[in-house]
Amino acid sequence: MQTINNEDLVLTSEEIETDVLVIGGGTAGPMAAIKAKQQDPSLRVLLLEKANVKRSGAISMGMDGLNNAVIPGYATPEQYVKEITVANDGIVNQKTLFAYAENSYAMIEELDSWGVKFEKDENGDYAVKKVHHMGTYVLPMPEGHDIKKVLYRKLKQTRVNVTNRLVATRVLIADDGRVAGALAFDCRSGVYTVIRAKAVILCTGAASRLGLPASGYLFGTYENPTNAGDGYSMAYHAGAELSGIECFQINPLIKDYNGPACAYVTGPMGGYTANAQGERFIESDYWSGQMMQEFHQELAGGKGPVFLKVDHLAEETISNIETILHSNERPSRGRFHQGRGTDYRADMIEMHISEIGLCSGHSASGVWVNEHAETTVPGLYAAGDLACVPHNYMLGAFVYGRLAGESAASYCANNELAVVDTKQVEAERQRIFAPLARKHGLSPTQVEYKLRRLVNDYLQPPKVARRMEIGLVRFEEIRADLQQMVASNPHELMRAAEVGFILDCAEMAAKASLFRTESRWGLYHARQDYSERNDAEWAVHVQVQKDQSGDMSVFKRALEPYIVEPDDVEKAVYQQIRIQPKGAVVSSGVSHEL
Amino acid sequence: MSFSPIDFPVKVDLNACIADKGCTVCIDACPLDVLVIDPTTGKAGMKYDECWYCLPCEKDCPTQAIRVDIPYLLR
Ligand SMILES: Cc1cc2nc3c(=O)[nH]c(=O)nc-3n(C[C@H](O)[C@H](O)[C@H](O)COP(=O)(O)OP(=O)(O)OC[C@H]3O[C@@H](n4cnc5c(N)ncnc54)[C@H](O)[C@@H]3O)c2cc1C
Ligand code: SF4
Ligand code: SF4
Repeated sequence: MQTINNEDLVLTSEEIETDVLVIGGGTAGPMAAIKAKQQDPSLRVLLLEKANVKRSGAISMGMDGLNNAVIPGYATPEQYVKEITVANDGIVNQKTLFAYAENSYAMIEELDSWGVKFEKDENGDYAVKKVHHMGTYVLPMPEGHDIKKVLYRKLKQTRVNVTNRLVATRVLIADDGRVAGALAFDCRSGVYTVIRAKAVILCTGAASRLGLPASGYLFGTYENPTNAGDGYSMAYHAGAELSGIECFQINPLIKDYNGPACAYVTGPMGGYTANAQGERFIESDYWSGQMMQEFHQELAGGKGPVFLKVDHLAEETISNIETILHSNERPSRGRFHQGRGTDYRADMIEMHISEIGLCSGHSASGVWVNEHAETTVPGLYAAGDLACVPHNYMLGAFVYGRLAGESAASYCANNELAVVDTKQVEAERQRIFAPLARKHGLSPTQVEYKLRRLVNDYLQPPKVARRMEIGLVRFEEIRADLQQMVASNPHELMRAAEVGFILDCAEMAAKASLFRTESRWGLYHARQDYSERNDAEWAVHVQVQKDQSGDMSVFKRALEPYIVEPDDVEKAVYQQIRIQPKGAVVSSGVSHEL
Repeated sequence: MSFSPIDFPVKVDLNACIADKGCTVCIDACPLDVLVIDPTTGKAGMKYDECWYCLPCEKDCPTQAIRVDIPYLLR
C-alpha cells in the first residue's frame, strides 16, 4: 500500500459496463444478482461488494434462525401481515408485507434445495417455533453456518460477475431522471471506478454505525459495521424517497458485547428476559418498540439491570444453547462470556439497550419501495435491511432480493443505458479523493467518533424537539469538518467516505423525528414533548427526500388502505407487552407463553 | 508500515501462518479489511483496530494461525 502515490491515484479511473448492477453482496444482493440472471441469462449482471462476497454482510457466519417464516400449517400470509401491521403500530404498506409473506415459503424451499440447513422434526417437516406475540414464525437454523458458501456456489453457477473491495459512493442519475450507473473506488488500490448500468439494485444493509455504542468502540455495533448507512445516503442523493427513518432500531443486547443474547433461540427452550430479581416482566421477547419501552422502564424503574435467564434450564438444554450460540451467527459470544467468567448454568447474562441505528430488517427505516422492490427513481431498486419493508429480517432480504432482481431484469428489457453525466463523475471524484490530497487535517476516526457521540447526545430516545434542533446545528458543524478530513491511504479514504454516509443518516434521523409530532413505536419514537400517539394526524408515513434545490424535505405520505384489517383484540396486543399483576384482566385473551 | 507494541485483539502465530507461501485467506475474508501482510515478517497481521470480532478469518485459516480476542474496550 505504501507504493501508491496519492497524486496519481486521483487521476486513474476505470470504466465498467453492465446491464444490472447490484451494490452489496451480503444477503439480499447475491439473491438479487442470481434472480436477475436466471430471469434473463443474456443480461450482464455485476455484483459489487465493499468487502468480499464470500464472507460479507450480516450472515457472514450463518444465522441462528429465520425470524419470520410464513410456513403453511403454522401461519398464513394474512396472519403474518396483521401481526406486523400491529407490531409496527399501523404504519405499513400492506402490499409490500404481502409480497414478502406470499413468497416466503417458496424461498425457504428454494434455499433448502440449494443446501441451506433448516431445523426439521422427525418427519422431515420444518420445526417452527413461537416467539412473536400472536403467530408462529421462527424456524431455527442450528446448522446454518454454511449459508454464504451456498450463495457463493450459486453465484458462480449462475455466472454472475463479482467484484470485491469496491466501495460504492453515489448512484449516477441521467438528465431524464433515470439511473445511469454508480461510482465507486477500490479500498485497496484506490482506483476510481465508473460503472455504467441500466438498472441498479441497492443492497447495502443497515445504517450500523449511527449511534456510538456505550463501550465507546466504533466497531462494536450490533449490525455488521461494514454497513455504515451507505445505501441510505446513496438513495437520498439519487433523489429517492426514504420512509420511517424516525422509527429507529434499538435492540436489547448483551451488555458491551452488543450482540444478540439471544432470546429467540433460548425462548422456545425455556429461557426468557428477566429483571434483577430473575422475574419475567415482558409477555413476549419479540423485538418491537413497545418491548424496548418496557425494557427501558425496567432499567429506569429500579428493577434493573435486565438479564437473559437460562440458568434454570437442564444441563442438556444449556449445552445445546451453548453449541448454537457459540458456533453460529456471532460465535465470539462464548469467548466474551468466558472472559467475564459468565456461565449459563450459574449466571444470568447482563443485557443493555443498544445505541440507535436504522434498519428495516428489524424495525422500519428504509428506502421507500413498492411490492416490486422499485424505489421512486426509475431504474433504482432496493432490497434487504435498507429497504422499507418493516421487520423484514433475513428471509425478507432474500425475498425482496429476488423481487428486485426480477424487476430489474424486466426493466433492462425495455431500457437502454442512460447517458453518463461527466460533471457528476468529476464532482464525485473531487469529493471522494479530497482527503488524500490534504497534507494535514482531522482523522476520519475522530470525526466519526464525535459525530456518533453527538447522535447519542441528541437523538437517543426519549426524544425532545429542542435537543434534536441543537443536534442538527452540531451536525452542520460536522459537515464543515468533513472538508478537513485527511487520509493517507485508500483504506482511510473508505472510512472518510463512510463518515459522510453516517452524517446524512444522522440528519435524516433528526429531521424525520422532529417532523412526527407524536409518540409511536414505543421507545423507537418516544417524544417527551408529544407523549401520546395521535392517529388522527399521524397515521401516515413520514418521507424524506432531497428536493430540486438540493435541500432535505420531509413530508407525509398517506397510508394505502389495508388489505386485511386487524381486529380490536389484535390491535391491542402489542400495547400490552408488560406482564400484568396477578388478578388483572388481560383483555387480549391471547396466551403469550413462549 | 510499522506495527505498534500495543496489543491488538487479532493475533497471528508467525510460525503457523503460511502467508509467505501465498496464503491470503484471512485477508480476503475480513469484512472490515483490517488484516494485511506485514512487510517486515511476510505474515498476516492486524493493521487497523476496527474488528467486529466476527471470526471468519479464524474459521477459514487453513493452519489455525489466527486468533481473535474480544477487543479490550468490550472485554
Ligand atoms: C447479529 C445479527 C443477528 C441476526 N439474527 C437474525 C436471525 O436470527 N434471523 C433473521 O431472520 N435475521 C437475523 N438478522 C437480520 C438479517 O441478518 C438481516 O436482516 C439480513 O441479513 C440483511 O441482509 P442485507 O442484504 O440487507 O444486508 P447485509 O447482509 O449486511 O449485506 C450488506 C452488504 O453490503 C455491503 N456494502 C455496504 N456498503 C457498501 C458499499 N458502499 N459498496 C459496496 N458494498 C457495500 C456490505 O459489505 C455487505 O456485504 C440478524 C442480523 C444481525 C446483525
Ligand atoms: S489465513 Fe492463516 S495462514 Fe493464511 S495468511 Fe491468514 S493467518 Fe496466515
Ligand atoms: S474477526 Fe472479523 S473483523 Fe476481526 S479480523 Fe477477523 S474477519 Fe476481520
